[in-house]
Amino acid sequence: MAGATKQRTAHDRAGLSDELRGFREVQRLAYECAETVAAQLRPGVTEREAARMQRDWLRERGVRDWFHLPFAWFGDRTAFVNFKIPLQFFPTGRKLEPGMPFILDMAPVYRGYAADIGYSGSLGLHPVQDRLMSDLRPHRELILEQVRERRPLREIYENVERLMTRQGYANRHRAYPFGVIAHKIDRVRERRWSPTAFGFGTQSLRGLAADALHGHREGWSPLWSPYRFSDHPPQPGLWAVEPHLGFRGTGAKFEEILVVTDSRDPGESAFWLDDDLPHVRRWAEEKAA
Amino acid sequence: MSGMSGTALAGARERRVSTGGIELCVAELGDPDHPTVVLVHGYPDSKEVWSEVAERLASRFHVVLYDVRGHGRSSAPVPLRGGFTLEKLTDDFLAVVDAVSPDRPVHLVGHDWGSVQGWEFATVARTEGRIASFTSMSGPSLDHFGHWIKKRMTRPTPRRAAQLLNQGVKSWYVGMLHTPVLPELAWRGPLGKRWPKIVQRAEKFPDSSYPTASLREDAAHGAWLYRDNVRPRMRRPRTDAYAHVPVQLIVPTGDAFLSERLYDDTERWAPDLVRRTLSAKHWIPRTRPDQVASWISEFVTAREEPAARAPQQKAPGRHADRFGGRLVLVTGAASGIGRATAFAFAEAGARVVAVDRDAEGAARTAEMARLVGAAEAWGECVDVSDEQAMEKLAAKVATEYGIVDVLVNNAGIGLSGPFLETTSEDWKKVLDVNLWGVIHGCRIFGKQMAERNQGGHIVNTASAAAYLPSRTLPAYSTSKAAVLMLSECLRAELADKSIGVSAICPGIVNTNITATSRFAGVDAAEEKRRQERSSRLYGLRNFPPEKVAEAILLAVVKNQAVVPVTPESKGALWMSRFTPRTLRRIARLEPRL
Repeated sequence: MAGATKQRTAHDRAGLSDELRGFREVQRLAYECAETVAAQLRPGVTEREAARMQRDWLRERGVRDWFHLPFAWFGDRTAFVNFKIPLQFFPTGRKLEPGMPFILDMAPVYRGYAADIGYSGSLGLHPVQDRLMSDLRPHRELILEQVRERRPLREIYENVERLMTRQGYANRHRAYPFGVIAHKIDRVRERRWSPTAFGFGTQSLRGLAADALHGHREGWSPLWSPYRFSDHPPQPGLWAVEPHLGFRGTGAKFEEILVVTDSRDPGESAFWLDDDLPHVRRWAEEKAA
Repeated sequence: MSGMSGTALAGARERRVSTGGIELCVAELGDPDHPTVVLVHGYPDSKEVWSEVAERLASRFHVVLYDVRGHGRSSAPVPLRGGFTLEKLTDDFLAVVDAVSPDRPVHLVGHDWGSVQGWEFATVARTEGRIASFTSMSGPSLDHFGHWIKKRMTRPTPRRAAQLLNQGVKSWYVGMLHTPVLPELAWRGPLGKRWPKIVQRAEKFPDSSYPTASLREDAAHGAWLYRDNVRPRMRRPRTDAYAHVPVQLIVPTGDAFLSERLYDDTERWAPDLVRRTLSAKHWIPRTRPDQVASWISEFVTAREEPAARAPQQKAPGRHADRFGGRLVLVTGAASGIGRATAFAFAEAGARVVAVDRDAEGAARTAEMARLVGAAEAWGECVDVSDEQAMEKLAAKVATEYGIVDVLVNNAGIGLSGPFLETTSEDWKKVLDVNLWGVIHGCRIFGKQMAERNQGGHIVNTASAAAYLPSRTLPAYSTSKAAVLMLSECLRAELADKSIGVSAICPGIVNTNITATSRFAGVDAAEEKRRQERSSRLYGLRNFPPEKVAEAILLAVVKNQAVVPVTPESKGALWMSRFTPRTLRRIARLEPRL
């Protein structure tokens, strides 16, 4: 893809601001956590234990606040099968079995910078999830391309969904609150006490609420949804984008930060914060193979 | 001894094996170097019951059949009483096996009493190492049967009592066979004379070459199978009747003599068990030779070459017992309900042909179908409204993949708009795909099914619009109403051939039919807007096509005639029956898009 080769990414960008570097650092930390915990998962580990492992690992490395607490989904819960209420997202006592797919999802706040990531894997080989992960690649390209074209977020959402349908998959991010494919993410003030409510950091929730209020006045929303309130061009800022594919009881997603600016240069107007992430490396290997 | 009808087992090599004063007539087909498959017949039968199956297996296996003592051209014990115990039948089996395959264990296949014997062979210690696998059809182990009854007698919950009663009614003839002399008189007299006609008609045998002339003596002697074994085994069933070999259990759902429930506990007795279900009556070696032979081949091959075993274990889906290895063709399989249906069949281990005019989408469906468990899958690019293309497809499918077991005529397009603004072009287009596509499918593939005469199923995707009048969908509704009636008529016609026909009426389902629908009487921009709007509304309703696919599989399993799927579809069907006037009122409303 011509656009992809020219695509300028954060780590080769000389003038990456301190702020973006802060976000990149926490995002990398979170992905490192995901990879470490994923490597430690064994048959019999429960979702709660996996979530606890992520939490402990990050706490040891200085994370004190969360955008949301770590989630872990095993087996058909990766595709949110039969999810009716948001409480079902929380980790359960389900045990990991050989050949089961899993997803780790966490959003730590580190030195005041928040990240929100999603990591898909399986215990042993899982050809279906492998295929899903490979098929997520065009989604990453499509999202960036269309954000650069400044298309309304709602339209991009529908185009992503269309691509999923064409691939034969179900759109599973529709199961998230408000059906969002992405949400804004921002700096969080560091406090000595940072409580969570329903798994979400109250500081971050406050930020999101403030954005929602602003946005409501100005005609945009910090939530990127299929609904009318997302019918506006991409709002400058940082977006945690999380396309989630589901296919007959197997789900796969990635989640990472997309930087949107008000620059007129298309390459500068939007870019992925970091291209050195597990799923991106995996696609590069696939391409090389 | 009466002679065998000459044509039944063409090209068989015959030999006689003596055991315990009996001479058994053994026939062999195929290359003796191939794995040996031993076919054991039931009652009142002779080895010729297997002729169709044996013929199909002969190219890949060393097929061995023998007449059970007292049947066909094997001699009968003297005296008959006490000469038919399962112990003696096991002696016979071992003698045959030692003669035809002294070095390698054999794959055992039994039908009816052959299967009852087979269970005995597969569960007694002295055959260990002589049997490699056992395929059982319509014949439970007497010991398992005994335990089954005991379990239900000791704690007769209403359900268990009903199961007992049901099987009791089906076993009426067993009591009759225990009376002295009368059964012999009947079989040698009027019953023996009429039996061929009775069984051919009741079971719908495809031809009249079976039963063979030895029937009367077979049936008279075979009564001792029951008298020598049933009572002792029912009274004191063996408690150690565990199969020491892998077992494939083929259960015909329409068996007049054996309830499906009999096999509920079989997992307990046979740890390595593969279940197969077939919509057929008792004599499946006669009426479903293709399917029976292909399941035997698959099972035996998997045990001979462990590497080939993977596909069987790959398909964990519901109804895998029913659709494993069967050929399913789905039209409109590149998206929506068709695609979900292809995947659902794939998960059940079927072989799937995905047909669509979108070649890329069809190929993708086939590829993903293989990934979720289809034994094999192919994508075919065909426009269902093109008769010649459909003919070509049918010919190709028949030669390359086989005769279709389940046909799903699903391809359809949407057309909305008032009747007075719908052009004849629009009409032609929608009828070509929605109606003619179904007609071509039913005619061409249905004909192949009927000619094969081994059952099958046709599913047509109609719509809730078929019985729900509206001012917005006159053409679409008309086409779907035609499909519904076509399905009902075809169901009546094909019932004789054991081919089921179902019409599925999904309702509002989240597929891309809205995005490709034609809106009559508006310009292109307005059409685009309405497509998007209706897509959004269908998205909000968000009824997944996967649920329709589930309903389709269930419709085939249960042979349902008309299946409304979504609640609104069910409601509309109810209203069309009981409150049609209200429905007509609602039809006048014009929905805003």
